[in-house]
Amino acid sequence: MDFLGILSSTASFILDPTTMAYALAGLGLAIHFGFAGLLNMGMAGFMALGAYGYAIGILTFGLPWYLAAFVGIGASIVFALILGIPTLRLRGDYLAIVTIAAAEIIRLLLLTAVFTDVTGSADGLTGFNGTGGTVTNPTPGAGGFNDANPIPSGEYGFEPFLDNERTWFIRIVGMLILVGATFAVWRLVNSPWGRVIKGIREDEDAVRSLGKNVFAYKMQALVIGGVLGSLGGLLLALSTNVNSSVYVTSLTFFIWTALLLGGAATVFGPLVGSVIFWTLQAFLGLVFPALAKAGLLPFSGIQAAQIRFIIVGVILVLLVIFRPQGIFGNKKELTFVK
Amino acid sequence: MSSSSQSSTPIKSTGLHVGEIKPGVAKKDPILVADGVRRQFGGLVAVDVAHVEIPRNAITALIGPNGAGKTTFFNLLTGFDTPNEGKWSFNGKSLAGVSAFKVARMGLIRTFQLTKALALLTVMDNMKLGSTEQPGEKLGASLFPFIWKKKDEEIETQAIEILTRFKLDTKKDDFAASLSGGQRKLLEMARALMTKPELVMLDEPMAGVNPALTESLLEHILNLKKEGMTVLFVEHDMHMVRHIADWVIVMAEGRVVAEGAPDEVMKNPAVIDAYLGSHQDTDLGTVTGRITLPKKGKDS
Repeated sequence: MDFLGILSSTASFILDPTTMAYALAGLGLAIHFGFAGLLNMGMAGFMALGAYGYAIGILTFGLPWYLAAFVGIGASIVFALILGIPTLRLRGDYLAIVTIAAAEIIRLLLLTAVFTDVTGSADGLTGFNGTGGTVTNPTPGAGGFNDANPIPSGEYGFEPFLDNERTWFIRIVGMLILVGATFAVWRLVNSPWGRVIKGIREDEDAVRSLGKNVFAYKMQALVIGGVLGSLGGLLLALSTNVNSSVYVTSLTFFIWTALLLGGAATVFGPLVGSVIFWTLQAFLGLVFPALAKAGLLPFSGIQAAQIRFIIVGVILVLLVIFRPQGIFGNKKELTFVK
Repeated sequence: MSSSSQSSTPIKSTGLHVGEIKPGVAKKDPILVADGVRRQFGGLVAVDVAHVEIPRNAITALIGPNGAGKTTFFNLLTGFDTPNEGKWSFNGKSLAGVSAFKVARMGLIRTFQLTKALALLTVMDNMKLGSTEQPGEKLGASLFPFIWKKKDEEIETQAIEILTRFKLDTKKDDFAASLSGGQRKLLEMARALMTKPELVMLDEPMAGVNPALTESLLEHILNLKKEGMTVLFVEHDMHMVRHIADWVIVMAEGRVVAEGAPDEVMKNPAVIDAYLGSHQDTDLGTVTGRITLPKKGKDS
């Protein structure tokens, strides 16, 4: 068993764009659930809009990549408004039901063959990131994301982070977005605005009786969290193809796991939560097949890799019962049983 | 404490009404007027108030049996619920179709029967939420602390002042969840004052509060009047009503059945029948026959 190899592959996930995408979406969920008390179960839908908005902006509308990014963000804002207007006046659980359904609607619209020309249907979209992309298709028009890479080609860094200029470009861009978003969220939740949305989480009628426009605040929180989710989707699209099979309901639940792991009502919780979640996933995904190969587990390698999802599920259950506030949370500030 | 000497002789406002005292009598200077307000839940008429006026800068008590529609009436007046028909206005401005938060901004603040302390916010954050002047509550401005930092300090000073009055200043950094039920009532009232209201509507401020705390709450309510505010409250404690109310409105089955100065209203046979019961001044022990009291004397 190549234990060092496993550890090295696991460590590379710390700087993986997927981890950063989860952290961004987790940050969005922290705004939604941890601070404003909005039970959003459709984060995958916001992420899908971010990713597809970017890809369609380039492939269908022929926009430069940086403008196409705003198509995805804009789409998520519109999505948040459409979700919020009918549901934010109702009790919290309605939002959960509606968001989970709406995210599925988005995914199925992206999957249906009716819009194959635009969405690529089941094949998804490829070749929108310019030269040097993961696919052979040339980008229509010049100036893809990869063409904008100022880093000279070559290998940089040290093991396990030894990678080519393309990977580093995505990492740096992702890190910049993540740092910017984290700072903005930290500012927001520690401001009077954050105080109002935390008040709404506790009791919206009380906040209403103090003269605050609760509906507007909830809408703002929904839009901000949705934009963060779409940035997560954008990051995924920058690093690889987009495919509707990624933006399924279980993606939403993985993000919830990462969020709860770190602490729902914290700013740095989602970040640390996603890193732990992904490295754990990667580690278990490598270690179980290796154990199976060594004859220590009575499964085939592929079966063994699936065990990690069971383990992750068990961890989520234990977490919610024994440490509902997460790693960083204040036990007093966020517990499920009030 | 000096409170007993002050609270034993609250100065009552008199001469609030115009003309003969009857349900719906006009007031000299009404702050809140409701006209034909009716709210139906299916077949049940919860509130059907033909006309009522709340006098300015006085303490008005709203009493009535359980299910009389007092809280529903509160909800209707403050925009938390919408009547099926009727007109109601605050300071001469109609409140029809005005949402709850706008009503609050106009200076009509309410508290709730089931206390709504924001449990997982600190006492200080609860108080700061009450302020209506913080520009940093706007999304754009919140990102730039230099816009709101100074105002926040002013609000904090104001909050500490009010908290000290309510003897909650030592608790300012605790989560509101750690307060006792009575302290939460105090916090809710203190938070309402942060909005600098004109009319304070208190829904059962004394329910579940021990006698000593009741006394200090009474003091606070009397102070509100001294500071020029108007108070409308729902209460079942008749001693308290008699003690501090300048005017009493009695509701039963959704209607206003009687109005008047506290002492007169309590003698009204309709009120005794509908609400007080004929044994209101007798010890409960004698009513149930479990205790025989040696002498029948009232201590007041």
